[in-house]
Amino acid sequence: MALVTDTMTKLRKLDRKTWQQLLRVGAHILALYPLALLLRDYYYVNLGADPVREMLLRTGEPALVLLILSLAITPLNTLFGWKQLIPLRRIFGLYAFMYVSLHFLTFVWLDYGLNLQFIWDGVVEQNFVLVGFAAFILLLPLAITSNKWSQRKLGKKWKTLHKLVYIIILLALIHFWWLVKNVYYMPFLYSAVVTILLLMRWQPVKQKALRFQRRYRNWRTQNPISKERSAN
Amino acid sequence: MLIKKRTGIEIPSSEITPKHLYLSRRQFMTGAALTATAGFLAACRPGQPIATEGNVAATATGGSTAVSATTDELGDPLNSYQDITTYNNYYEFNTTKDGPARLAKDFPTSPWQVAVGGLVKNPKTYALEDLLKFEQLERIYRLRCVEAWSMVIPWNGFHLSNILNEVEPTSEAKFVRFETIYDPDNMPGQKSPFFPWPYVEGLTIEEAMHDLTILATGLYGEPLLPQNGAPVRLVVPWKYGFKSIKAIVKIDLVAEMPTSLWMASAPHEYGFYANVNPEVDHPRWSQASERRIGELGRRATLLYNGYEEQVTHMYPDPTYDTTQNGNRS
Repeated sequence: MALVTDTMTKLRKLDRKTWQQLLRVGAHILALYPLALLLRDYYYVNLGADPVREMLLRTGEPALVLLILSLAITPLNTLFGWKQLIPLRRIFGLYAFMYVSLHFLTFVWLDYGLNLQFIWDGVVEQNFVLVGFAAFILLLPLAITSNKWSQRKLGKKWKTLHKLVYIIILLALIHFWWLVKNVYYMPFLYSAVVTILLLMRWQPVKQKALRFQRRYRNWRTQNPISKERSAN
Repeated sequence: MLIKKRTGIEIPSSEITPKHLYLSRRQFMTGAALTATAGFLAACRPGQPIATEGNVAATATGGSTAVSATTDELGDPLNSYQDITTYNNYYEFNTTKDGPARLAKDFPTSPWQVAVGGLVKNPKTYALEDLLKFEQLERIYRLRCVEAWSMVIPWNGFHLSNILNEVEPTSEAKFVRFETIYDPDNMPGQKSPFFPWPYVEGLTIEEAMHDLTILATGLYGEPLLPQNGAPVRLVVPWKYGFKSIKAIVKIDLVAEMPTSLWMASAPHEYGFYANVNPEVDHPRWSQASERRIGELGRRATLLYNGYEEQVTHMYPDPTYDTTQNGNRS
């Protein structure tokens, strides 16, 4: 127990830069974890009777979760003023794009065997696939312009362009709803989280959140970490 | 007593292949298929690509069993016992594919009774032992799931017509209604509020009397496992898999078209006939192609799942199926 509190205190004493670095490493590990598990299960022949389906699900769901995580950063910043989280937005977004690309490749290659006839006749007319494909295509310019250079080059337009993510997340959710046969717990859960995250960007809610942040900051300064340490 | 009719589906029992032999062949073939399409992936890991351990275990426990052929009548290899018994859609247990095999392990299938009644002259309740007295057959059928995957499965069972001939439907009877056991204590999925349990399915009398229509009690020469619908399930191979209702306790002859569980819970997506048809898409996804479990890539879906010759005479009116999948095409 003493070890845990000691570590906690040490962590709190870290300067902002080190914190950011730690968060960054944590984000990379978190984002790569599903892929590592998938590769492990592939290597040990543990993907069940339908490995293609398994690969589709296990690239699709992390993509959705990472997209949601990337959308969660701004509201967390609004609520608590955790500016050090901001760089994670890009990391999560780019990993989401990686999983969507793997998802797409699995679909056209492992599932459809690059059979253009099947893909065209059977799939392109189908909304379920089209919606997912649209989300993938819209994510592409965001991934390409995710670097600092594009950000500078595009200026104000960059922000407008990256608002596309709101359309993308809606398409991704629809894709998920349409995949499921009648048992809607998970799509509902994800949709609820996304609804909250989008509401947090709506001015009336955002103002309330900012007021909360001020109260939180005051409380934090009145209860400095050093006090906690002396109590131990 | 019915005389055993030969159809194109039945394979002469002269060529018996022990299970372990075709299992290894199957592994080889799936291995080859995977390697051919995904050499880049296969190259980076040793051994065979499809679950081998389970197959070995299955062979060890059922070494004496046999099937009469290693392929269906179209020449496509059987799916492994391992695949068939671990990849299941059985929402009474849960909605994952590998969950039913785990959750159904202790599902009680004995004693078991099937009550046959409704518009019949001789209602009768069959114990499982009575059902096993009907002439037993082996049928190698393709199973095409509405989710666009498929398998080739060697069933053991008997013609549903055996039962119908015994109970003698009256002239008002037009449809057969099947019902799965309602046992939420042993079927956790039946506690789900998303479906009007128990599972119900139906056939026209003509479909129920058809030579292809069987009640299955076994698989690969062994008694059916709970996750595959033990102790007795329907198999209608020209229809989507969800029509082949599992763990049947009740069969009624009725005058009106029964409303199946899927018709009740998603009427715009699932119709009564639900015949496999590559031209009629599911409202959300295509039915033009399918993924055969154990293969990479896709194969074209066949009209009536490849049983067109045997069943097409039952559907002379092209508008019979307008409710199927909700499409009016």
